[in-house]
Amino acid sequence: MEKFPGRDIARFFILIVVQVTMLDHINLQGFANPSLYLYFILLLPFEVAGWMLLLSAFLIGFGIDSFSNSVGLHAAAATAAAFVRPYAIKLAGAPAEYEGNLKPGIGDMGLRWFFAYTLVVVFVHQFSLYMLESLRLAEAGIILVKTITGTVFTLALIVVVEYLFMRKRG
Amino acid sequence: MRHILAFIWKHSFFFLFLTLEFIALILIANRSFYHRSVFSNANDNFTGSVLTSWSGITSYFSLKQENKLLSAENARLMQLLTKSQVSNDTASEYVNDTLYKQQYTYTPAQVINNSASRRDNYIMLNKGRRMGIKPDMAVINPQGIVGTVVSVSENFSWVMSLLNKHSRISARIERINQMGTVIWEGGNPATGTLIDIPAHVKVLPGDSITTSGYSNIFPEGIMIGTVEEITVDKGAHFYTIYFRFSADLNSLRHVYVVGNLFREEQIELSKKIINGEVPR
Repeated sequence: MEKFPGRDIARFFILIVVQVTMLDHINLQGFANPSLYLYFILLLPFEVAGWMLLLSAFLIGFGIDSFSNSVGLHAAAATAAAFVRPYAIKLAGAPAEYEGNLKPGIGDMGLRWFFAYTLVVVFVHQFSLYMLESLRLAEAGIILVKTITGTVFTLALIVVVEYLFMRKRG
Repeated sequence: MRHILAFIWKHSFFFLFLTLEFIALILIANRSFYHRSVFSNANDNFTGSVLTSWSGITSYFSLKQENKLLSAENARLMQLLTKSQVSNDTASEYVNDTLYKQQYTYTPAQVINNSASRRDNYIMLNKGRRMGIKPDMAVINPQGIVGTVVSVSENFSWVMSLLNKHSRISARIERINQMGTVIWEGGNPATGTLIDIPAHVKVLPGDSITTSGYSNIFPEGIMIGTVEEITVDKGAHFYTIYFRFSADLNSLRHVYVVGNLFREEQIELSKKIINGEVPR
């Protein structure tokens, strides 16, 4: 059984490049900066080992940090997102058995499942990101607004990308 | 046995999570320490070279606007030349080179990475230690001030943008000559906040905010922005003034890094007061 295929490794690097070259320059009055790189964490196979999940999330976050001089910020948020991933899968309804080599995408699990699963992971990521970024109670309002707008934009972008690159299954 | 193993496994996930978060938080808290590390230097050189090649591609898209800005600046500088001015004085004019001593140096640099959407925004420039860039140099563009250099590697440097919660710029309102501090409260990347202006003076929308020259980083009188909205809390002694940045901090390409040649001397002098060597 392939635990960590080349497809995931390729996604790791491609998403870092896309994030730092394009998405980080998107900016609507400072309230929208979709974190598409979460797509990497979301699409890791169901049966990925816990340590691998956390460590690869930390590394992709660190990669994003290196390009934006936000030392440790994305690493912390991405690790938090990876930590809630198993719970998000449970919440969205874990597949009865993994033996069918299912992937956590729309193709295998359906849009509703993917939407709920992504929503939880993205929300946790965005909330911890903006909270750590500001670290000020006085900015709680802005943090909340940014979390919500960021979650909506990221979620929408991930669903669109997932539709575009969905693996077609027989 | 299997259950115990499963139990430990579940907790190992949690403990690894805690460890990684701990590492990340230490990195966030010790940003300055990280910047001094060798790893940071190598990392900056790598990301810098990647970002240089990317900005080589994207710079073509803004050529037209950049040319316009540069020619506008050329025109402004041309007006300052003695050639384009007529002397009012009937006495013969002479130039004495020792009359003026150069205080500020200007190094042109290109922005190869920039953001405006985060709470703490940084700008990467394609010039580093080798070209004489040092931390605490000022960064400006023809429209206004941009930020302060915070860390340098061999060939690149990171600039703390005005759009950063740690950014505090000593400023003044040009018309009434009142000192204040420019900060950024997050949100809109076009709007900054000026604080510490006493509430008894009269501030008008449209007033120019410029650098005070008191910080020994920025030269005096460089444009920061224009006042838009003036508010004062009940019972407060100071205004909170919202203003529009004169530089478009979201579309930077060519900037100047400004070095103060007298900075060391100024710091040395102020140290004497802090250390109590000079009677207060």
